[in-house]
Amino acid sequence: MSLVELRNVSKIYHLGGEEIRALDDLSLDIEADEFISIIGPSGSGKSTLMHILGCLDTPSRGTLKLDGTEIQNASKKELARIRNEKIGFVFQFFNLLPKLNVIQNVELPMIYSGVSSRDRYDRAMEALKLVGLENRGKHRPMQLSGGQQQRVAIARALVNNPKIVFADEPTGNLDSHTGEAILTLFRKLSEEGRTIALVTHDPEIAAVTPRRIEIRDGKVAKQLDARLAGLDRLAAGVTA
Amino acid sequence: MNLFNAIAVGFKEIWSHKFRSLLTMLGIILGVSSLVAMSAIVKGMENGMREALIAIGGLEKIRIEQQEIPTEQQHLADQAVGLTVHDLHALKASAPMVTQVAPEMRHRNLRVTKGGKTTEWANVIGTWPSAIDINQHVIEHGRMFNEVDDDFTRNVCVIGTNSRDQLFGDEEDQGRPPIIPIGDTINIGGEPFVVIGMFERYESETEKKRRAFERSQPKTEQSGPARSRGWGGRGRGGDFIFRMKNSTIYMPLNTMYLKFKSAVGTNSLPDPRLDVINIRIAEIDELEPSLQQAKNVLMHTHKGIEDFSFMTQENMGEGIVTAIRNARLSGGLIAIISLLVGGIGIVNIMLASITERVREIGIRKAIGASNSNIFIQILVESTAIAILGGLAGLVTSYGFVEILRAINPTDNTPVITPMAMIVAFIFSALVGVVAGIIPAFKAAKLDPIQALRYE
Repeated sequence: MSLVELRNVSKIYHLGGEEIRALDDLSLDIEADEFISIIGPSGSGKSTLMHILGCLDTPSRGTLKLDGTEIQNASKKELARIRNEKIGFVFQFFNLLPKLNVIQNVELPMIYSGVSSRDRYDRAMEALKLVGLENRGKHRPMQLSGGQQQRVAIARALVNNPKIVFADEPTGNLDSHTGEAILTLFRKLSEEGRTIALVTHDPEIAAVTPRRIEIRDGKVAKQLDARLAGLDRLAAGVTA
Repeated sequence: MNLFNAIAVGFKEIWSHKFRSLLTMLGIILGVSSLVAMSAIVKGMENGMREALIAIGGLEKIRIEQQEIPTEQQHLADQAVGLTVHDLHALKASAPMVTQVAPEMRHRNLRVTKGGKTTEWANVIGTWPSAIDINQHVIEHGRMFNEVDDDFTRNVCVIGTNSRDQLFGDEEDQGRPPIIPIGDTINIGGEPFVVIGMFERYESETEKKRRAFERSQPKTEQSGPARSRGWGGRGRGGDFIFRMKNSTIYMPLNTMYLKFKSAVGTNSLPDPRLDVINIRIAEIDELEPSLQQAKNVLMHTHKGIEDFSFMTQENMGEGIVTAIRNARLSGGLIAIISLLVGGIGIVNIMLASITERVREIGIRKAIGASNSNIFIQILVESTAIAILGGLAGLVTSYGFVEILRAINPTDNTPVITPMAMIVAFIFSALVGVVAGIIPAFKAAKLDPIQALRYE
């Protein structure tokens, strides 16, 4: 059983009487511990896909199983709880709360899951250690560089030990050098056994992940698995 | 997210917009303080009115007066005796619910003089020593006459300060110490009377404060020839009830009867009838049974002829209650409207604050805040503003009352009651909750995807 099972999912918007299929009968599996990227140009439907996978939105048709539970018919309250416990988000624009300091920002998901204040602090510090920012806890987000802010956002995404982390263009707002470092961090987290899905329009960034899913017009246009590709090449070498 | 966290977040939000929050709170502060100050003014007014009620003897005092004989008993008119001393003794002996009795025998044409001076108006009454208690008199100098004075029909009297002022001169005329005319002789209806006692000066709280205030001010010279400035308006003993009480001259009942009402001088017939019998009952809650008992006794002594009637202070009591209720209603309405305006201010600022924080709400939702989490957060913020405003308003109300006192030092002192504070505070908290509902609802139903995209 896969961690994420998306079956024949469509998302249909109605704009002025016109029907727009953002996702069109799309099926997709994501295994636990996988490091994948979802790529596609803007308007391809990759954001909609991420919203549905991230339980921010529900599909118009089709089913979504996350960690064994069907959630296409979940109520908003249940969706909020799933987002809180099973999903972590990293955004392009960091989306930290400017009035809170770094520790408070990282603590935020635990506030909504009802963790006691002492545990919150310990776990927040642990998560910050993971991204190498344990001595910036009292800083405000605005006092940090873009790369550091994104690390705080990653710590926040990880702090509730989610089943899967979605990163939406996590390097889109960073210079290439810092972006590189963030991608390295993701790779390291993946090697530690976390499930991470990168959403990007940039094939170069997608290249860091073993498995790539290309979305076009709301459908899976191409799937590429480096491990399988290697096997293919190996097989090709054998036959040659 | 527990409530404690929500409260902490709410206060942080208020603190990060100090000036804006203060302005918003101002509406609540003014509303609460005007509510408390208004009720303090009404309470002061109420105290003033109760003062007057107590001055005339309180609710327990009942007057029994002469009355026209009812039509169906007209044929018995020549049998009717009127109120007499017998009634007094009968009431004392047979009406246990009546605790005290005191007669009033008046004479309409008695001139009270001292040398060349005369009273403009004096309330000359023949009575018993018990009149002191029933009518709530206090002897400040000398003594009240007693039963012996009554038995011997002595020419003694106890006078009020108004009569003293008119016969001996005003104590404050030249800032001299007050004149105490005990032992002096005055002339009542051509008879010499020795003043053996003087009541204290009865005055309302307002009047007392006015006099104190006037004394503290430099005396303004009256321009033009010396003259009396007339009865109306301020001055001359203040309120009517107190003025009347200060103009009292008491003498023993027997003295009044023998010297002025029996067949002496120009009187051709003795007239033993009393004008009024004042009684005091034990319990105001048992007003009606007490009246019935007194009536039963009097029907006996009056041979079944109902030539008397009862007069209670119920109307005055009810009048006070009505006046207070009206004042409370109109003042309360204005104060509550101003609180509501403050509440609308909160709604307004919360709506603006939500628009400002759409992205924050989106982030909170993305990381797992449910709609009710967001709802509670906004509600707590608006309630916190209102509660802080309410507390500040309670403090401000003290300032308000002080200002009122400074502006009008002679008026009834406003009294802040704990009840008014509690009511105003609860109401302000309620306004905060209600004001938060619409913004909280709006924030809660924001779509997280839209909210995250919001710039």
